[in-house]
Amino acid sequence: MVAKPHGGKLVNKVSREPRRSRLLEEARELYQISLDLDTAVDVENIAHGVYSPLEGFMIQDDYLHVLEDMRLSDDTPWTMPLILDLDPRKMRGISEGDDVTLAFRGSPLAILHVEEIYEWDKKRHVRRIYGTTDPAHPGIAQVMQRRELLIGGPIELLSNVPISPNFERYLLWPAETRVLFEEKGWRRIAGFQTRNVPHMGHEYIQKAALTFVDGLFINPLIGKKKPGDWRDEVILEAYEALIRYYYPRDVTVLAILRTRMRYAGPREAVHHAIIRKNFGCTHFIIGRDHAGVDNYYGPYDAWQIFQEFPDLGITPLFIREAFYCRKCNGMVNEKICPHDEQYRIRISGTRIREMIKKGEIPPSELMRPEVAKAILRFKELFVR
Amino acid sequence: MVNEGASGKYTTVSIPVTLYRRIKKLIESTGFTSVSSYVTYVLREIVAAHEMEKGEEPFTPEDRERIIEKLRRLGYLD
Repeated sequence: MVAKPHGGKLVNKVSREPRRSRLLEEARELYQISLDLDTAVDVENIAHGVYSPLEGFMIQDDYLHVLEDMRLSDDTPWTMPLILDLDPRKMRGISEGDDVTLAFRGSPLAILHVEEIYEWDKKRHVRRIYGTTDPAHPGIAQVMQRRELLIGGPIELLSNVPISPNFERYLLWPAETRVLFEEKGWRRIAGFQTRNVPHMGHEYIQKAALTFVDGLFINPLIGKKKPGDWRDEVILEAYEALIRYYYPRDVTVLAILRTRMRYAGPREAVHHAIIRKNFGCTHFIIGRDHAGVDNYYGPYDAWQIFQEFPDLGITPLFIREAFYCRKCNGMVNEKICPHDEQYRIRISGTRIREMIKKGEIPPSELMRPEVAKAILRFKELFVR
Repeated sequence: MVNEGASGKYTTVSIPVTLYRRIKKLIESTGFTSVSSYVTYVLREIVAAHEMEKGEEPFTPEDRERIIEKLRRLGYLD
């Protein structure tokens, strides 16, 4: 059986006809808050249950519990605040209890019922969430740009956020993946989060997980990333090649998650697990330095944090970093390889990146040639 | 509004003294720093297991058919 949704119920805040048409009419008369793409996508994710049990943006009680205790006010595990910021100068005319329109590119996207408007302490926020206040941390830079007030309350979705035709066929919602996994007869499903093109190390940990489960849900994150990260189109094509040539038929599902990276390391690892639980995964793969950036977090900090959550409802699969061993003649990890470093070929993302940039195909110990060729078909490889 | 003081975050539950002593002995040399942290951990595990049995999914048979149709159209199902 697929995992129960987080908090017990899969949220569905997508408005249906005839209610939708009526709300769209009303939305034109309401005060409008314009959203950027990332926030609009968050609204869509809330409505489709990606962030179940959240039905909207956090009110202060939930926000502070998440900040301090990594739980919602009802004790449900939750590690990353989901907040909507607002410029105090633009909030004239909005009061608690009002409905407002959340607009994207000038059109009504959703209705927000304003439950609470409150102040937040950004320094406290970043210290608790990121474990540092270093402005060079890319997640902190995102937070510091946000506005001074937060507005919380439930939403109801009226329209979809436009998506590139390249990605449309990969966009599945939790209700859909749950049905898909059931139709495939999968009872145990491992989720895999990625923002990279797959190299041999990724394939190793995915297949290690697949040994114990029925299906693998490869769920690349599509959205705002930092300059130098792989472009979303490149990641998807690379995975298509890997699955086509190296995975048994019908054991993988490749679908995207539209959201931004926060680079919050351990806390974000738990967040990613909760999201995949809502998609129906029973297991979630946690590799080295999950959701980390530079050296802000230890390579296996994300493993430790899961000990805080006996009630998470999804089983983390901690799989060590893989490397190629010339003595073992295959992909292995520290735990199963007895040989010295001289026999080991470490998989360096930087080295792969440099070779690909020069148009070279990396050695087969690092990356499948079919994957490298799929990547090299793109002119633009990285986020600028 | 959350009370930031300790009294706002915790409350007292009574357990038999004998059980308290038993747990105190049990958690020696483990990662648990107190009987309270152990009891909280175990209770969360048990409560979550009970809650899992009650979970519900919001789609009707019609929703399910619509979803299957979409999954076929996208090539996820034969």
